[in-house]
Amino acid sequence: MSLVDLTATQLLAELGSGRVTSAEVTGAYLRRIDEHDGQLKAFLRAGRAAAMARAEQVDRRRAAGGSLGRLAGLPVAVKDVLCTAGEPTTCASRILENFRPPYDATVIARLRQADAVLLGKTNMDEFAMGGSTENSAFQVTRNPWDLERIPGGSSGGAAACVAARMAPLSVGSDTGGSIREPAGLCGVTGLKPTYGRVSRYGLVAFASSLDQVGPLARTAEDAALLLEVLAGHDPRDSTSIDRPVPRYTESIHRPLESLRIGLVREHFGEGLDGEVEAAVREAVRVYRSLGAAVKEVSLPHGKYAVATYYIIAPCEASSNLARYDGVHFGSRTDERRMSAELEAERRELERAGDQRRLADLDNPLIRMYRRTRSEGFGAEVKRRIMLGTYALSAGYYDAYYLKALKVRRLIRQDFDRAFGEVDLIAGPVAPTPAYKIGEKIDDPLAMYLFDLYTVSTNLAGIGGISIPCGFSREGLPIGLQLQAPPFEEERLLRAAHMFQQATDWHTRRPELDGGNGAA
Amino acid sequence: MAISRNEVEKVSLLARLRLSEEELEKMTSQMGAILEYFALLKQVNTEGAEPMAHALDVSDVFRPDQLRPSLDRELALAEAPHRDAECYLVPAVLGE
Repeated sequence: MSLVDLTATQLLAELGSGRVTSAEVTGAYLRRIDEHDGQLKAFLRAGRAAAMARAEQVDRRRAAGGSLGRLAGLPVAVKDVLCTAGEPTTCASRILENFRPPYDATVIARLRQADAVLLGKTNMDEFAMGGSTENSAFQVTRNPWDLERIPGGSSGGAAACVAARMAPLSVGSDTGGSIREPAGLCGVTGLKPTYGRVSRYGLVAFASSLDQVGPLARTAEDAALLLEVLAGHDPRDSTSIDRPVPRYTESIHRPLESLRIGLVREHFGEGLDGEVEAAVREAVRVYRSLGAAVKEVSLPHGKYAVATYYIIAPCEASSNLARYDGVHFGSRTDERRMSAELEAERRELERAGDQRRLADLDNPLIRMYRRTRSEGFGAEVKRRIMLGTYALSAGYYDAYYLKALKVRRLIRQDFDRAFGEVDLIAGPVAPTPAYKIGEKIDDPLAMYLFDLYTVSTNLAGIGGISIPCGFSREGLPIGLQLQAPPFEEERLLRAAHMFQQATDWHTRRPELDGGNGAA
Repeated sequence: MAISRNEVEKVSLLARLRLSEEELEKMTSQMGAILEYFALLKQVNTEGAEPMAHALDVSDVFRPDQLRPSLDRELALAEAPHRDAECYLVPAVLGE
């Protein structure tokens, strides 16, 4: 068995016993990236030299008997939405193409403290807006199970690199399903923690009341390992919660007794692919065979979740992304061309004697903002900024934003009621397996509707996990989503681990061409 | 349509975006379809529902008012597209 086939937990044991060095493990993953990423394009940048140097440093410390962190010598890939000090952090956007943050995100600092080896930064939908990773300004990541298909998104690179054995662990972010959906479509395990469990400091903001950082891994056990390092209170994020982080890696081995699983009546309606439904129902049967009781529950406001989410998230985004103004950091439009353009417009309007439009003509600062942002943002980001700006503008605030906040409360109350009756909710992650690249790119509403099973988790602020539960006839992975009450990550991980002890879907790996990595 | 081209153009100024003719057209039809979908929320009786702006009901978080070092000026300016030794520079907005 090659090193890249071992789980992170197994690698950690091998590293700890001295049977293998971090330089060997890191080298094996870097070779794997060299072989396959030309085709898959999961990484925006792999830090080869830095990763090897770090690995060797950890090896030297280990050899000298020095104290080592929790992930000592383990390679970890990081979504390019997390700030890495002095190194490019682009959010897959032109506007941040050359941005080097002056500080590390707290989760990056935690990974460094844990002596992890940072492998590189993974591709994503621009500013985490999207569910296919097609909205990256730089490249389209391919699903390792079928190169013609999307890997899901927005953490598409994060999921694809784990599925393709190019990283044992990877860190993503989830605002409306951006960890769980790509995990489901790529056949890996992805966990979105409860809002407040992981620090958002240095996570480039998309929708601040919904964003959360979490792990992607091959197994629930590995996700537990990574979450243990990522989670915890951070004085720099006032929404991070000051409560102890459980030892997820220990409790995960205790199966849940007298588990009550809820199946949501409304989940099995129109639009759900037959093969996905069959796989999910089979997964629930597995839980029943493990002693779980299964009960039908109702989330009556679930059908409003997509509309609610696509009002609230763009509203927050339009406000958060106002910071990209071409002044403090990021790119700026060519000022000479901007001035020439404005001057030409002015002359043209003066010649035409159009006093009204002359009075409305942008001043140079406003025009600089507008050109900078129009050149720097892609179509989906512009669409969300426009939607959010519109929904927050005078006269529409009550009808859209305020209304959505009220529905959000009802969605949360549905979950609170359901969790009075069951311990976990099980259901699909996505309505179909991965679709073809380009299939929905001109239909944003269809893209949004693909998120129907994941967005309510973020709106309610609860936790959710996606685990592999089968394959379609075409050989595409199908994911099972489990949702739990706030701060019940232990329950999610234990339930996921129970399932992975009883099934082997998570051990399947995609066949990739050998080759030299040429696309 | 739920939104006119004219409105889209106005919103683009509020959003500090500048859309080409082609973008304006596409944005108008796409936003129109999305806003029509949002009308679904009119079905929901939200009477008495407390607006939920945040997932956590945490109250204000305080810390001691102690002086601590902040980001060094040089670091803060390092990423600016246009700057001098101590300021961000922007196009002139006052006077002719």
